[in-house]
Amino acid sequence: MFFLKRLLFLFPLLLVISFITFGLIRIAPGGPFDSNRVPATPEIERAIRAKYRLDKPLLVQYGYYLADLARGDLGVSTKYRNHTVNDIIGQAFPVSLTLGGLAFCFALGFGIPWGVLLAIRRGQWVDHALGLLSLIGVCLPGFVLGPLLVLTLAVRLEWFPVALWETPLHFVLPTVTLGALFAGKVARLVRESMTTTLQSEFIVAARAKGLSESAILIKHALRLALLPVVSFAAPMLADLLTGSFVVESIFQIPGLGGFFVNSSLNRDYPLLSGLVLLYAALLLLLNLAADVTLALLDRRVRYE
Amino acid sequence: MSEPTLAVPVMLSLTPRARAWRRFRRNTPAVVSLGFLCALVLLVLVWPLLTPYGVNAITDAQFLPPSGQHWFGTDVHGRDLLTRVVYGARVSLLVGAVGAGVAFVIGVTWGAVSGYLGGRVDAAMMRIVDVLYSLPSIIFVIVLLTTVAKVLAAAMGPNAGPLAQLLLLFGGLGAISWLTMARIVRGQVLSLRHRAFVDASRVLGAHEARILWRHILPNVWGIVIVYLTLTVPSVILYESFLSYLGLGIQQPLASWGSLVADGAAQINPIQIYWWLVVFPATTLVVTLLALNFVGDGLRDALDPRGEK
Repeated sequence: MFFLKRLLFLFPLLLVISFITFGLIRIAPGGPFDSNRVPATPEIERAIRAKYRLDKPLLVQYGYYLADLARGDLGVSTKYRNHTVNDIIGQAFPVSLTLGGLAFCFALGFGIPWGVLLAIRRGQWVDHALGLLSLIGVCLPGFVLGPLLVLTLAVRLEWFPVALWETPLHFVLPTVTLGALFAGKVARLVRESMTTTLQSEFIVAARAKGLSESAILIKHALRLALLPVVSFAAPMLADLLTGSFVVESIFQIPGLGGFFVNSSLNRDYPLLSGLVLLYAALLLLLNLAADVTLALLDRRVRYE
Repeated sequence: MSEPTLAVPVMLSLTPRARAWRRFRRNTPAVVSLGFLCALVLLVLVWPLLTPYGVNAITDAQFLPPSGQHWFGTDVHGRDLLTRVVYGARVSLLVGAVGAGVAFVIGVTWGAVSGYLGGRVDAAMMRIVDVLYSLPSIIFVIVLLTTVAKVLAAAMGPNAGPLAQLLLLFGGLGAISWLTMARIVRGQVLSLRHRAFVDASRVLGAHEARILWRHILPNVWGIVIVYLTLTVPSVILYESFLSYLGLGIQQPLASWGSLVADGAAQINPIQIYWWLVVFPATTLVVTLLALNFVGDGLRDALDPRGEK
């Protein structure tokens, strides 16, 4: 019941987000057809503005936007004028979805066991050595890690292609570049929550019962220790699935991240609004999924 | 009947805060790291008196590797990299501190209240977080740096333009930094609020604020501290991303993020100026390492389950 309500609540929320975004991008100075972007005579500029209905009052523009939206039409990009926003998203989103999904699996697949290892070896040299590595991961931005990986593994050793997005072999370096930072963060979070959980009475009880250490860790402790990771992972996944500007530009990947940044800088109103809506819908759904997961992992979590 | 004597009367009479401080002082790495961070701040403040090199003194000595004269080497404009790194610490440490401060004050309060009250309040507060998280951050910063900066600069008097921009950049980064913290704290509080010790306290007649502050939050500090230490590098790096887009700080100002980014731009297969990346990045990692030891020390000191 609760989740059905939340699901229905998604639509008014998206409406609010689209309205605020609509207002925000029009408060920002400059427009998509400023003369320094598109040199044109005043008549042509007026005609273009009329075509995109930019000459109408703001609320009327928003009304038209909503009417189009109701038909599933996100409009035509003002920068890439032969492409509708639906086309652009349709082409770039699958790429970002693949890369983001892989990076997410990489981040959790490495981060969680890594954090568990740090927690059970807390204060010992394994914790210090691998803990330092996780901190380096947290501090190493994609624009450093990416070129380094390309230089060593692609140019020198020629194990992987330098760039582009074609075969699964092309996926490896971008996935690592995008996922490493999050793997480090997940490891830090798991290390902390695992440490706390392992001090609980029910773990002492499980030990007293004579359960094996691995059963205690995986069946009992990890469930609770994953709570903060779930809260953290939902927005992280929304970020990953909608592309990364840095990783895409390093590896020449045709994903969504570049469009996010460029549509902001170009004041490409329809494209940016469409991207924000997509991102918001993903985020709301994933946060809802996170709330469901929290309740599944810990039965004491109640939302009523 | 005589009163049973307590085994360690002095220890039991310590307040939680005094006990925390005692535990923290015993943690050598944490104390050393705290000292290091204080020394770093001091160094940043007095550096202009110590160095023979100007921050923006452009010379012909381009891309010199590290040497006795230039410990960290020189950059593309022949400027002393050590001086740039120390100078860049100002913006980066401030941005990190503001981001962590906002995440701590607003994020923890928001998340704790939302999770503790639950139900409709939780739904409303978390949807506000969702909406803020969805808004395009680049446009948000552009609006801040243009529209709001003009108003602020006008209010602050003449020549305040760059300062107003810097303040708003800090404000904008702070505004983004608390959202995930709120989600994490809220998730933990949701799980904690129905545990036996909370019910016990409620049965004893403690009021809500006391339960939240004395019983629930002490169990959350650990994860809060860890996420704060993760927030600092995120904010520092996001600042460099904005600077790269031309929205953050501009040359000749420097920050660790922008120095790493400038260094990374010089990475190519033919000639590697490794010091341009290694020194700013190492400074960031070492600072973060120190912050992490302090965080670990604080976490153990504040742990309600730790030994007395």
